[in-house]
Amino acid sequence: MSEKITLKINNIDVTVSAGATVLDAARKLKIKIPTLCNHPDICVAGNCRVCVVEQKDSGALPAACATPAAEGMEIHTNTRRVREARKAVISLLLSEHNNDCLRCYKNGNCELQELATEYTVEADRYISILKDYGVDKSSPSIQKDDSKCVRCQRCVRTCANLQDVSALWISGKGRKNKISTFMDKTIDYVVCTNCGQCVNRCPTGALTEKNYIEEVWGAIDDPSKHVVVQTAPAVRVALGEVLGCETGSRVTGKMVTVLKRLGFDRVFDTNFTADLTIIEEGHELLRRLSEKLRDGKDVPLPQFTSCSPGWIKYAEHVFPEILDYLSTCKSPQQMFGALAKTYYAEKAGIDPADMVVVSVMPCTAKKFEAARPEMNSSGFRDVDCVITTRELGHMIKQSGIDFNNLEESLCDSLLGAHTGAAVIFGATGGVMEAALRTAYEVVTGRAVPFENLNIIPVRGMNGVREASVKIEGCLSKWKFLEGAELKLAIAHGLVNARKLAKQVAEGRSPYHFIEIMACPGGCLGGGGQPIPTNMDIRMKRMDAIYSEDESLEFRKSHDNPEVIRIYEDFLKEPLGKRSHKLLHTRYTERGRYRTLNR
Amino acid sequence: MDSSTRERRIAEHKKRVNLIFKKCVWDDFLDRALEMSPEDMLEKVKESGLRGRGGAGFPTWLKWKFAREAEADEKYVICNADEGEPGTFKDRAILQEQAGKVLPGMLVCAKVIGAEKGFIYLRGEYAYLLPALSQEVENFNEKIREKGERFSIEIKLGSGAYVCGEETALIESLEGNRGEPRNKPPFPVSEGYLGKPTVVHNVETLVYASIIISEGPECFKSLGTSDSAGAKVFCISGDTDLDEGIYELEMGMTIKEFVELFSDGDIKAVQVGGASGHCVPRKKFADTIIGFEGVPTGGSMVLFNSSRSMYNVLHNYLEFFEEESCGQCTPCRIGCQQLLKGIEAVKSGEKPSEYLDDLVKLAGMMKISAKCGLGQSAANPFISIVEHFREEIMY
Ligand SMILES: Cc1cc2nc3c(=O)[nH]c(=O)nc-3n(C[C@H](O)[C@H](O)[C@H](O)COP(=O)(O)O)c2cc1C
Ligand code: SF4
Ligand code: SF4
Ligand code: SF4
Ligand code: SF4
Ligand code: FES
Repeated sequence: MSEKITLKINNIDVTVSAGATVLDAARKLKIKIPTLCNHPDICVAGNCRVCVVEQKDSGALPAACATPAAEGMEIHTNTRRVREARKAVISLLLSEHNNDCLRCYKNGNCELQELATEYTVEADRYISILKDYGVDKSSPSIQKDDSKCVRCQRCVRTCANLQDVSALWISGKGRKNKISTFMDKTIDYVVCTNCGQCVNRCPTGALTEKNYIEEVWGAIDDPSKHVVVQTAPAVRVALGEVLGCETGSRVTGKMVTVLKRLGFDRVFDTNFTADLTIIEEGHELLRRLSEKLRDGKDVPLPQFTSCSPGWIKYAEHVFPEILDYLSTCKSPQQMFGALAKTYYAEKAGIDPADMVVVSVMPCTAKKFEAARPEMNSSGFRDVDCVITTRELGHMIKQSGIDFNNLEESLCDSLLGAHTGAAVIFGATGGVMEAALRTAYEVVTGRAVPFENLNIIPVRGMNGVREASVKIEGCLSKWKFLEGAELKLAIAHGLVNARKLAKQVAEGRSPYHFIEIMACPGGCLGGGGQPIPTNMDIRMKRMDAIYSEDESLEFRKSHDNPEVIRIYEDFLKEPLGKRSHKLLHTRYTERGRYRTLNR
Repeated sequence: MDSSTRERRIAEHKKRVNLIFKKCVWDDFLDRALEMSPEDMLEKVKESGLRGRGGAGFPTWLKWKFAREAEADEKYVICNADEGEPGTFKDRAILQEQAGKVLPGMLVCAKVIGAEKGFIYLRGEYAYLLPALSQEVENFNEKIREKGERFSIEIKLGSGAYVCGEETALIESLEGNRGEPRNKPPFPVSEGYLGKPTVVHNVETLVYASIIISEGPECFKSLGTSDSAGAKVFCISGDTDLDEGIYELEMGMTIKEFVELFSDGDIKAVQVGGASGHCVPRKKFADTIIGFEGVPTGGSMVLFNSSRSMYNVLHNYLEFFEEESCGQCTPCRIGCQQLLKGIEAVKSGEKPSEYLDDLVKLAGMMKISAKCGLGQSAANPFISIVEHFREEIMY
């Protein structure tokens, strides 16, 4: 039991645990204190000073977010001094700001705007000191506009605390203080993974996704183009949030309907290629295991998952020595693109040159991934346009469709069927669970020995998780695995990924298979997901993902009828020649401090 | 008055003190100090009434007591030799001439709080002191090791940011991070360098601590006033004809006494405490005491005669702040820029003179809501100069 502290806020007693801040205590009483630099996922900064409050017997106004609650403290949150100080802080911020709300991408979902509205601030109370900044559009994923920055450093703390990347940092003192990068280079030049976690936490329009909404409309409007769309598993449990649904709503069927109404020619599902990834990646793992355990060859193990492009770029920069340990499987998004432009194009009799593949992703790193030059194995770029959950939300709003009253529908066939195993790709541990459901069955002919296929030990929100599965009753082909204990590890958030990657780099990793997701919580907490995202919200999305899994008829990737069909009709066998050409990829060393070959 | 006459007059002045720069043998002192129990030392410092000489004037013994009571496996003592306050140049002289008294002060503090490691954070621009100071530190470390002490001192060089003199920014900088002040609480005495209890002291405070331990608290306590015991090293600059303005004087003089001692009379204002201090106009000289009960100073005393434009003086200070603010918190980063832009706009007529009132309000807000002492005290020169020299700012 931790120590309890009782204090008074606005003359009301409140008791909190030691370590709680004045802000925590106020929230417990449902007293709102405005905040800006504070974000529950990252460490406290106490730098914006919007949250100042009055403390009895103190001349100064402490920042509620950065002040530990103390026994007997008396706090007032709504005095004249407090209101005036907050108003002055907000006015100061506006004097430094490019107050261009009407043309701003964050208009309507901006914490600075909200504060200015709440405190009825006049923009011209102080002299404008806005400096002349260019917008950094160098990255295909994220965009940085310093003229909209309030220097809250949320991005800096995100990139350092959650991702351990520190691509963004503060440079300059005083009036020259700004958010910068290594040597003030453009984002594409530095060690940025494009994960978009900074974007998700930026309270203003300073960091945003590079948006491709107009490109997608353009493709839809172009009658000569056949536009197919895929949606990632984590999108369907979060999209509702931007359209007025409760957090954690599953809107899969409505999402499919709305995509059809928006004018996409075919609505498919990244889940289809998630199932396919499991087959390919599972067989790759089994092959590595056979070569090592049966043939005694020196093959790279553990095998890392490769479906998180933020993680891939991170590894290419920071851990070039372990690139051979990454599964060669493309991410489901890229597999989808490659198959749409070959398998589907062939079946539907469409010239792939006229096809546009759009994907809707919870992720900004997928934009960069799609733009990788090697991602063109069909002779055409696998994926043409990547938009985030948020961008899709904008498109739906622009279309005027009443999303919440839409009927539900199913994806088009061929690249649309999916299992519960694919759905759980959206949560940390999901790829591991899906792979186990299949690999165990391949090896033993029996389902994984977990009740209702729910492999609970790999689930949850701990940053690094471990599990092991004992393999018993192997089929004859896999006898060498009999009795083996498969050691597994899962990490989400690059700060955690680093721990597991470091073990491998140093040759002391005890594992066989490691799942890494660059974003906290996995894709459901991706950089392209609705803002805000925080632990509460991630938990709700996670619950939605697991309930979606349980609601489906098929829950093992190898049971997906369209996956079975594509192997029969097109790919022939896992890791076969066609797979190798279309579904697998290679990685590039990028340099620890900057991009080597841009 | 020629300058030698003035030097003599100052030397003979009843408030002139000679504690810090007095020659003495430190070996004897070390033996004496090492015989004393930490409790005794703490008691002596408490009795002396010594308060921090870095500006804020926190009672030294209390800082030590907090750090002493904090439970931790490691604790640290830091000598703050960042000396960045404009118009302050005493720590340099002390380190140059009397490093032999600074280091024992660190040892005494370490003994009291239970630290085994000390750092001297030396202002980057003072790198030229490094060879001599390093030698001094090496000898000292050697000497106390021979006496069976585990304490040792290391010198770290700053890299030129004023804000790094603020104790938590200093600690960040020592840890290898960007020098941005931390939130307080927790204070360094409970969570400082590497999260461990840390006492940060100005160079001068440490010297007085040495003297108090070696000569007894009486020598210090008998000087000064009840709120501001002892003496202090002052740095006099501006409109004075002194060659080198470093003088140790009793605390509690009025500015009138001070100005009469150091100038020929045509002084219209004194900036007490450097850029972050207060500007005292002539009409307040007689009833303003230099000390914690009046206007405190870390040492800087800048005299302005009637030929000086207070607009220029203030402009200068504000330029300093808008550049030296670390820039992390809103009131300070933007506030300093607004104060500067604001007086320019009033001067040029772009803003009406009433805008000065808005700016004074803004300065008041900075004082209570900025994250650290820099932003809080940037308001001091602004408010005092605008209050007393409004016409000079306007026209
Ligand atoms: C912006 C700023 C700059 C400071 N610079 C110095 C400095 O250069 N030297 C110093 O001793 N204290 C400086 N201080 C005060 C320190 O934070 C701290 O209070 C002091 O070192 C404590 O020592 P003392 O107890 O001996 O006074 C500064 C404070 C602020 C806010
Ligand atoms: S960042 Fe916010 S306040 Fe600034 S222009 Fe955009 S919407 Fe408006
Ligand atoms: S996208 Fe990710 S890696 Fe890049 S700056 Fe933002 S948080 Fe850091
Ligand atoms: S870019 Fe966004 S998150 Fe980063 S400091 Fe600026 S406003 Fe804050
Ligand atoms: S008051 Fe100024 S120096 Fe201090 S933290 Fe704020 S911006 Fe930095
Ligand atoms: S929210 Fe507390 S200082 Fe920014």
